Amino acid sequence: MYPAYLEESIHLVEDTRVRRLIETLPRLDEEEKLDLLHQYHPDYISASMRKLQVGINKGDSAPRELADLLEGNSRVDPDRIDPSKPDYNVDVLVIGGGGAGASAALLAQEAGARVLVTTKLRLGDANTVGAQAGTQAADRPNDSPALHYLDTMGGGHFENIPELVEVLVRDAPSAVQWLEKLGVNWDKDPDGSMHELSGGGTSRRRLHSARDYTGLEEMRVLRDELRNRKISYLEFAPALELILDDRRQIAGAVLVNLETQELIVVRARAVILATGGIGRLHIQGFPTTNHYGATADGLVLAYRAGAELIFIDTMQYHPTGAVYPLQILGQLVTEKVRTLGAQLVNSNGEQFVMPLEPRDIVTAAIIRECRENQRGLRTPGGEVGVWLDSPMIDILRGEGTINRELPAMVRQFRRFNIDITKEPILVYPTLHYQNGGIKIDVNGATNVPGLFAAGECTGGVHGRNRLIGNSTLELFVFGRRAGRAAAQYAREVKRGSPTLDHVRRWQKELERSGLARERPLSPRLLPDYIRHTHGRTRLEI
Amino acid sequence: MAEQARLIDIYIMGRQCQVPEGLTILTALEYCGYRMIRGCGCRAGFCGACATIYNFKSDPQLRYDLACQKTVEPEMCLVQVPYFPAVKAIYNLEKLKSNGATIKALYPDIVKCFGCNTCTKTCPQELEVMWFMSDALRGDVKAVVEKSFDCVMCGLCAARCPQGLVPYNVALLCRRIYGRYLASASAHLEERIAEIEEGKFDAEIDKLKRLNDKELRRRYTERDMESALEQHWE
Ligand SMILES: Cc1cc2nc3c(=O)[nH]c(=O)nc-3n(C[C@H](O)[C@H](O)[C@H](O)COP(=O)(O)OP(=O)(O)OC[C@H]3O[C@@H](n4cnc5c(N)ncnc54)[C@H](O)[C@@H]3O)c2cc1C
Ligand code: FES
Repeated sequence: MYPAYLEESIHLVEDTRVRRLIETLPRLDEEEKLDLLHQYHPDYISASMRKLQVGINKGDSAPRELADLLEGNSRVDPDRIDPSKPDYNVDVLVIGGGGAGASAALLAQEAGARVLVTTKLRLGDANTVGAQAGTQAADRPNDSPALHYLDTMGGGHFENIPELVEVLVRDAPSAVQWLEKLGVNWDKDPDGSMHELSGGGTSRRRLHSARDYTGLEEMRVLRDELRNRKISYLEFAPALELILDDRRQIAGAVLVNLETQELIVVRARAVILATGGIGRLHIQGFPTTNHYGATADGLVLAYRAGAELIFIDTMQYHPTGAVYPLQILGQLVTEKVRTLGAQLVNSNGEQFVMPLEPRDIVTAAIIRECRENQRGLRTPGGEVGVWLDSPMIDILRGEGTINRELPAMVRQFRRFNIDITKEPILVYPTLHYQNGGIKIDVNGATNVPGLFAAGECTGGVHGRNRLIGNSTLELFVFGRRAGRAAAQYAREVKRGSPTLDHVRRWQKELERSGLARERPLSPRLLPDYIRHTHGRTRLEI
Repeated sequence: MAEQARLIDIYIMGRQCQVPEGLTILTALEYCGYRMIRGCGCRAGFCGACATIYNFKSDPQLRYDLACQKTVEPEMCLVQVPYFPAVKAIYNLEKLKSNGATIKALYPDIVKCFGCNTCTKTCPQELEVMWFMSDALRGDVKAVVEKSFDCVMCGLCAARCPQGLVPYNVALLCRRIYGRYLASASAHLEERIAEIEEGKFDAEIDKLKRLNDKELRRRYTERDMESALEQHWE
C-alpha cells in the first residue's frame, strides 16, 4: 500500500492515462543522447573513477570501488601453498556456476574433457536466475541477424568489438534452440512460433521469454542437466587465485572452502572464468539487482594473472529498480514491464522519455527528471523515484495480461499490498550490470594461454551499454564456445610446472608502488552487510 | 526526511534481538550480526536459497517463507533451515519417452502421496503443489508445467512432505519433458538456423562490419522500428 500522501500524484497518473495512450514521445537523436548521458549518467561523474596504477591496464580508469580490488592484496600466501600437490586434477576447471559456467561445463564435457565446476554459493546461485525479461535472437521472418547486429552496436555506442557481436547474433537462434532441446519452455503461440517482445533499443520484437522467470527457467534446466551428466561440482568454494606454470600458461586455481576456510588446490589444463558481475560492490553507493556473490572476483583473478580488461569504466544502471517499499529497494522491475507497454511518468503524470530507449538513456532521463526538474516523488524512506505506469499494460493488451506475463512482479508487490495491475510502481535506477570485463576472442580465449572467460565477467560484446536480452544470450553463445575451445586446448597443451610466482611478483609490484598497505584484500568474495555495533569487537575464531 | 523506524523484538535461534520495523528476515539477521554464507542467493525472491521456517512466541504453529522477501514481525522466532539432500532422478532426456508414464518410472514414490496438502500450505510462491503432484501421478505433464512454472526450487515442500517426496524435482522433470517433446516446435526458428548455416546473412553482416563509423551511425538512426505492440492499438 502506498502512503496516503502519494495518492494525489497517483490520481494524476490515472487521469492522464487516456491522453498518454495515444501519445508517443520521439526517439532522441545521437546528439541529444550524448548530451543527456554526459550530464546525468553516473558513468560520467569523473570523481567516481580512478586510474589504475599497477597491472596490464595501468592508466585506464575504473570506478574506485573496483580499482581498489583490482589493485588489492592477494588472499593467498604463495609460500604456504604447494601448487604442485593438487587436491583435484582435471582437464578443464570452470569457475562460476551461473549460466555461462554451466553452458561451458556441458560443452567441455561433451568434447571429452574431465570437468570440475567450482562456485561461490550453491550451483545456480547467480545473476542468471534473476533474469526476468528474456533472451534475444533474431529468428522472426521480418528480422535478421544483421538487424540484431546493428541494434547491438548502436546500443553499445558503436564501440563494441565487431567480431564478438557478429558471433553473438549469428549463434543466437541456435542457442535458443539448444536450450529448448534441453527442455527450456519458451513462451509460444499455440502453433509453436515464439511469442516475442521488443525491448529498449531493439528494432524488432526478438525477446524470447519464459513468463518473467526466464533466467530461472534457463538456470534450473542447465543445473539439472549438469547433475544428469554427473559433472563434478563444488559449492561454497570460491576461487581465490589462479595458478600459472613456468611457461606462463594457466595451470589451475586455489579455492577456499567458505565454511571451513581450508584451501583447495586444483590442477587444470585450462580454466574458464564465469564469475559474473559486480553489483555487490555498490558502485557510487547505488543499490543493486545482483545476487549476493556478484563482487567482480573473476576480474581480480584474471587481472593478477596478466589478463587484459576492457570497458571497465562503464556500468549499467537499470532504469527501473524498485524504490518502494524499502524491503525491495534496488530490486529489479523488469524491462518487460515497459516492453509490454508501461510508460514512465513524473509526479504530474507526464511522460519525459520514450520508454524503450536503450537503458543508459532512460536511466539518465530519470535522473534528470528527479534531480534537475524536481518532478520525482519522495518515499517515506527518503528515496526518490518516478512512476512506472504498469496498469497501462492491461489497458493496451487486455485484462489478464499482467498476471500472465509478469507473475513474479505481481507476486513481489502483492506481498506489500501493492497491486501492479491497478497501481503504478515507484522506480529509480539501480546498479545492474558490468558492461566491460575480461577481454576475449570469439572463442572466449584471453591473452593468458589456457585462460578462457565467458558471460558477464567479459567485455567487448556490449561496448559501453548492453541491450536487454543480450546478456543471457551471451552466456549460451560464449559459454558454449569457451567450453569447446577449452577442451580442445586442454588436449593439446604441453604442461609446465605449476607456480604462484605471479602472485609474488604482484605483491612486489604493489609494495614498490606503495599501494600494498592502502589496498584491501581481494577478491572480495562476499559483501559485508552486518551492522557493526560501536564499541563491540569481533573475535576471529 | 526519512522516518525513524520503530524497534521490535524478534528471536534468532532463541536469542532475543531488537531490530527496526520494516526489515526482511534476511536483513534482520544481518542487522543482528549474522554474516550469511548459506541461505542467501539472489536476495530478490528468485533463487530459493533463503527458505525459512518461523513461528511466534505466542503461536507455535510453523510458517514458511523466503527470508529475503518476508518482512519481520514482532515476536517472530527465526531459525535457518539446515541443508539436506533431496531425491533427484538421473536421466538422459534424449532417451526418455515423452509420456506421463515416464514420471512414475523415474519417481515411483509419487504414488505414496496421501493428499495431506502440507506442500501447498508450505509453498512460499503459493503454488498448488499437491494438485500438480496429482497431475503428475495422472501423467498430465502440461498441467504440471502450468501449475509449477513459478517454482524457485526452495525445497520447503520436500522438507515438509511426510512421505519424503520431492515435488520440485518431479515438476522440473515434467517441464523438461514438455519443453523438449510436447511443446510444438517453432518453424521460424528452424528456418532461421538453416538460413544462417547456408550463409544467407554473411554478406550483409560483413558489409555492416566494414562500414565507416559515420555510415554505421546513419544506418542505425535511420533503421525502421517495428511497433512494440503485436497489433496496432486503435
Ligand atoms: C535481476 C537481473 C535480471 C536480469 N535480466 C536479464 C534479462 O532479462 N535478459 C538478459 O539478457 N540479461 C539479464 N540480466 C543479466 C544476466 O542475467 C546476467 O548478466 C547473466 O546471467 C550473468 O551470467 P554469468 O553466468 O556470466 O554470471 P552469473 O549468473 O552471475 O554466475 C556467476 C557465478 O560465479 C560465481 N562466482 C563468483 N565469484 C566466484 C569465485 N570467486 N569463485 C567461484 N565462483 C564464483 C557466482 O556465485 C555465480 O554462481 C539480468 C541480471 C539480473 C541481476
Ligand atoms: S535469496 Fe534468492 S529467493 Fe531469497
